[in-house]
Amino acid sequence: MSRPRAIAAAPNDEEMPYSDDETDDELDDELDEGSESEADEPQEADRPAEQQVKANDRAYHQLPEFKKKVFLCIKKSRYSGNAIKTYKYNVITFLPLNLYEQFKRVANIYFLALLILQIIPDISTLPWYTTLIPLVIVLGITAIKDLVDDLARHRMDKEVNNRKCEVLLDGRFKESRWMDIQVGDVVRIKKNDFIPADILLLSSSEPNSLCYVETAELDGETNLKFKMGLRVTDERLQEERELAQFNALIECEEPNNRLDKFTGTMLWDGDRYPLELDNMLLRGCKIRNTDVCHGLVIFAGADTKIMRNGGKTRFKRTKIDELMNYMVYTIFALLILVSAGLAIGHSFWYNDIGANAWYLNDGKSHTTAYRGFLSFWGYIIVLNTMVPISLYVSVEVIRLGQSKFINWDLQMYYSEKDTPAKSRTTTLNEQLGQIQYIFSDKTGTLTQNIMQFKKCTIAGRSYGGPTTSEGVSLDKIKPVDWTWNRHADRKFQFVDHFLVANIKSKKDKDVLEFFKLLSLCHTVMVESKDGELVYQAASPDEGALVTAARNFGFVFLSRTQDTITVSEMGQEATYEMLALLDFNSDRKRMSIILKFPDGRIRLYCKGADTVIYERLSPNTRHKETTQTALDIFANETLRTLCLCYKDISASEFEAWSRRHKEAQLNMVDREAALDRVYEDIEKDLMLIGATAIEDKLQDGVPETIANLAKAGIKIWVLTGDKKETAENIGYSCQLLTDKMQIHYGEDNEILYEKKKKRRRLRLRRLGRRQTPSNPQDPMNEQEKEMRQVDFVNMACECEAVICCRVTPKQKANVVSLVKKYKKAVTLSIGDGANDVNMIKTADIGVGISGQEGMQAVMSSDYAFAQFCYLQRLLLVHGRWSYIRMCKFLRFFFFKNFAFTLVHFWYSFFNGYSSQTAYEDWFITLYNLAYSSLPVLLVGLLDQDVNDDLSLKVPTLYLPGQQGSLFNYKNFFISLFHGIFVSLIIFFIPYGAFLQTMGQDGEAPSDYQSFAVVTASSLIFVVNLQISLDTLYWTFVSCFAVLGSIAIYFGIMFDIHSAGIHVIFPSVFTFTGRVTAQHYCF
Amino acid sequence: MVKEEQEESPNRPDNTAFTQQRLPAWQPILSASIVIPMFVLIGAAFIGVGVALFIASRDIQLQELDYTGDDSAHPCYKCRSSTEKCTCSMTFSIPNLFKGPVFFYYGLTNYFQNQRKYGASKDDNQLYGDLDYFKDPSSSCDPYTRDSRNIPIVPCGALANSMFNDTFSLSHVVNGTQKIVPLNGKGIAWWTDYNVKFRNPSVTPLINAFNGTKKPTNWPKPIYELDTTDVYNNGFINQDFLVWMRRAALPDFRKLYRRITHDDYVNGLPAGNYTLTIEYNYPVYSFNGRKKVVLSNVSWMGGKNDFLGIAYIVVGSMCVVMSIVMLIVYAKFKFAEDD
Repeated sequence: MSRPRAIAAAPNDEEMPYSDDETDDELDDELDEGSESEADEPQEADRPAEQQVKANDRAYHQLPEFKKKVFLCIKKSRYSGNAIKTYKYNVITFLPLNLYEQFKRVANIYFLALLILQIIPDISTLPWYTTLIPLVIVLGITAIKDLVDDLARHRMDKEVNNRKCEVLLDGRFKESRWMDIQVGDVVRIKKNDFIPADILLLSSSEPNSLCYVETAELDGETNLKFKMGLRVTDERLQEERELAQFNALIECEEPNNRLDKFTGTMLWDGDRYPLELDNMLLRGCKIRNTDVCHGLVIFAGADTKIMRNGGKTRFKRTKIDELMNYMVYTIFALLILVSAGLAIGHSFWYNDIGANAWYLNDGKSHTTAYRGFLSFWGYIIVLNTMVPISLYVSVEVIRLGQSKFINWDLQMYYSEKDTPAKSRTTTLNEQLGQIQYIFSDKTGTLTQNIMQFKKCTIAGRSYGGPTTSEGVSLDKIKPVDWTWNRHADRKFQFVDHFLVANIKSKKDKDVLEFFKLLSLCHTVMVESKDGELVYQAASPDEGALVTAARNFGFVFLSRTQDTITVSEMGQEATYEMLALLDFNSDRKRMSIILKFPDGRIRLYCKGADTVIYERLSPNTRHKETTQTALDIFANETLRTLCLCYKDISASEFEAWSRRHKEAQLNMVDREAALDRVYEDIEKDLMLIGATAIEDKLQDGVPETIANLAKAGIKIWVLTGDKKETAENIGYSCQLLTDKMQIHYGEDNEILYEKKKKRRRLRLRRLGRRQTPSNPQDPMNEQEKEMRQVDFVNMACECEAVICCRVTPKQKANVVSLVKKYKKAVTLSIGDGANDVNMIKTADIGVGISGQEGMQAVMSSDYAFAQFCYLQRLLLVHGRWSYIRMCKFLRFFFFKNFAFTLVHFWYSFFNGYSSQTAYEDWFITLYNLAYSSLPVLLVGLLDQDVNDDLSLKVPTLYLPGQQGSLFNYKNFFISLFHGIFVSLIIFFIPYGAFLQTMGQDGEAPSDYQSFAVVTASSLIFVVNLQISLDTLYWTFVSCFAVLGSIAIYFGIMFDIHSAGIHVIFPSVFTFTGRVTAQHYCF
Repeated sequence: MVKEEQEESPNRPDNTAFTQQRLPAWQPILSASIVIPMFVLIGAAFIGVGVALFIASRDIQLQELDYTGDDSAHPCYKCRSSTEKCTCSMTFSIPNLFKGPVFFYYGLTNYFQNQRKYGASKDDNQLYGDLDYFKDPSSSCDPYTRDSRNIPIVPCGALANSMFNDTFSLSHVVNGTQKIVPLNGKGIAWWTDYNVKFRNPSVTPLINAFNGTKKPTNWPKPIYELDTTDVYNNGFINQDFLVWMRRAALPDFRKLYRRITHDDYVNGLPAGNYTLTIEYNYPVYSFNGRKKVVLSNVSWMGGKNDFLGIAYIVVGSMCVVMSIVMLIVYAKFKFAEDD
């Protein structure tokens, strides 16, 4: 279970702001609240701009120009050693540091200030321990929690730092501990080892210095990725001897946190070689399927990308948190007012009575006003319990419990993938009960992200419907039998026998070219397991396409650094790969330039229809027919890709290749330079056809969406698909129904007119939105804001919104617009790296652990495996958490008002002298022992209705959205409830005690009896009140209520016993048997 | 079968009632058919208790004599501002037998024994008989810690210093002659005060313990001479001292002075005329305080107090009224549903 973890996946909840590539050109700065981690990198003037690493030369890195000031004049190499330190405290610093951190909280400071007030003898109305004991316990609990966390970190650090690795020292590989590795060292890593630092791959035991890595620790993705050494190092650095003489100088970027980017150059023997991410082995990955590899340490320890990624998190707070803080401020204001009033009362009383009462003479000659002033502080101390000290700790405990319940929920456990739901933060649970807007990704979130090649259009003719081998369309037909192809994947199903027959006859050149392209133009890795080919694809689409090509007879067999071998209808052929023009979300296409065995050079390209159609040659054929087919596919909610090719002459390629190499060596802005070069060659393309891939909806998606809609939650789907696909997906998952009217973003004018009409839906094409950088349309701030407001207002009037053709950045912008202008509680749910921005922007981010790796999960607050669990998370857990938290807070405020205000009433009868109505020890223990457990259990366990009913009646969710269970109204109700109860608790004993005697004739109206009676009745009232509020009576609740009362009496009898008085005559002064008083409520 | 599956994966959450939030629980549904009868029952019980308390309280006899003497016609008027020893007497008559045991209280009004600093102005260690604190009393006693010559005061503090020192005697006028009613001052203090909280230092004779200390400034006699008739009723465990030191919760209070349990008065005070003689020492005039003597007997519920009975009856009635209101509402809604 506890497999060795990399450090960035630290055991706490706050981790991994994964920096995205969208941070550079900000569409709208004030919108994007996402963390920009690059901005806060320390830049010092005296440092060289780049990291320089010299191989096998430890001394080089200690040179003065690589030093930085650490403290005063002590200088240290700016290259970090490889030892890591994730722990916060050590033995000496634990106490001061931890206390310092805890006292950053306002509440703790407040109680510390109180404690100081209590030490001043003139105003000390309560003994110091009444505040100190609760404060120490509260601080203690937090400190213990921190300590346990930190110990785990210590253990982890130690384990990691002491891992073994082979380092080249003095010409030999020697075993060394990870912590002793330094920048510039050459290391040898064996199969299944973790990579100790960010390392430049030099050579490996595989051909072409290929090296397979598993990046699960880094991004959670379990498919193997390959890294490649440079050709020059592959050729020249295989032996230990060669490696020992390796003396290249590497210049590369500063340490940063971008896992997807690396630029550098290697200077070796007078030549410069470009370095990129493909040459790098990142710390935290694991070597697979490669016996041995050699590498050069570039970044070590804290400079590694994985370490740079940890730690910084934007803190999300809930609405209730905010409200709670305001209420604490309100209480504080109230406290000051009441104290001031009582202080004034004291001044008047002193003038009237106090000054004349000879027996009260305290021998001090304070003026009346000064006495009032002292009394003010005295009352601040006495009434301090109005601000509940244990509130924050209790809230944390409850949230922790709620999170555990989410983790434990079997009905959110996906057994197929063995994934339980995971609550990755413990601070947001009650917010789950207040969601108003859900922003959902489509692919992988609503759909399974299991791609199936369904249809295609080749040279204007569509294939994929149920068709016999003679080309006759039928309603139903048996799937194609693939036995003729020994490489075929048996699971692949296809119903168009005509296409298969066509391909077997090898007559149709276009069809053959189509599948050849599919088998060549991709980045899939292949492995051989038990003679079967297993494809490792970075994206499921690619996997589906290559698998399709495999079944149709074009089998991708293997690849090396620059060749691809395929079997074309049984004949093996090897193509030389001249260039790979990679895919990214801006380019939306990938190309490959191949040299055929006969010497021809051809570019194959596949990509989204929009980008491909722009780049087609004017004399390409089938443009219109393909477009028609694409529209049909889109209506069937299929994902489409266009395929095309281009023949390149040798000289043309030569020229281009030169420019390509130059761009690769570019240190600054390499990406942009490459993009421009790619653009040069990817034009005048010839269209072959298009593929259509089906992505099935996940189970239960329509029901979930319908249920959430009934709960008053507005669902927006943000997808990169085109309009028709998006619309059809909308229908198929019941987001859109026939009753709705659809408005398209293009019909903006109509929308303005119909603004007031309800019940409608709009599809908006966000791609149309102008960016400030757009030179044709300079938009000023105000106009932009107007447009944003209009957009949000209109879109929010719709029942459902689908945004199509959105980029990851736009997704985040939509979320923050709604957050900003609607002040609504938002939830984003997604599964891929492209959803990370949106997940981090929303109030609550939910990650789906699906096919696309773990990046979304890593930046989410809650994670689970299936979209349909969302309704349980919100309607059951969210709702319960919200109701419980509200109930808890209402009661918590109430019980402290009821408790504290008795002092207030008593003041009128004791000359406003800040005499407490209870004994000191009762005040000390009230919040800790006598009244906390039952309400804590209500906060943890209470259920108004069970989970089934919550799901069946989604409208039960509405109170949470309106925030109607805890707001200022409820707060004041709690306040008045508290006032009322305190009135009764004080005045009934007052009436009963005023002029009476006990059964034995003694006058019982002494202070002690009075205090004990009020205290006891308070305990009864508070515990009975929580019993009335408890809707779900388990034996635990019962036990807690009775237990609290029992503890009260137990402690009271102890404190009042003769024995303890004998030991501490002046601490426990309430000695004596208290006669049972005959009154109750 | 399900169990096997569970064992397969450590990631699978436990299927227990607690983790799945399905703990067996009782979810009381407060329907009208439960609540209304409950309210009626509670109301009836409260009214019952209230009536019983009220009747018990009504039967208790109480005789209150204010002897502050602020009225020039009052016999104690002369003593009000007198600085010397002053005695005054009041007469009163009891129409029928005042059933025994009769308790004799003194009462003070507008007297803030519950003032915080006043209440804290004592030294519990000293009162516990710790001789160290005789020499060096706690500073909480200020300004009654030491006298002007810096000699420690025992018992220190404002509370002790202001001890009530009026004394009373009661006589029954029988055939024109005054017959003293014996007053029993034993066991009027709390048991724990007498046995636990307050202790004389174990020095004999007691007087030696107080060497080098002074009596409280307001006191005529030192603490070891409070009771001249009974040597054992001196020092910190003097009953009157204990009664005084147990401070009152409210500014109007009564404290037990004596019991009438002896001789002819075991069954109570017979009807007739009585004379109360007061040795008037304690000044209350300056702060508008009042002093009184209260004679009272008790019932099973304690002393005379109509408040509790009335409170019970009011709460009980409110319950009943609420139940009627709820019944009406319930009936209305029920019919509405039927429609």
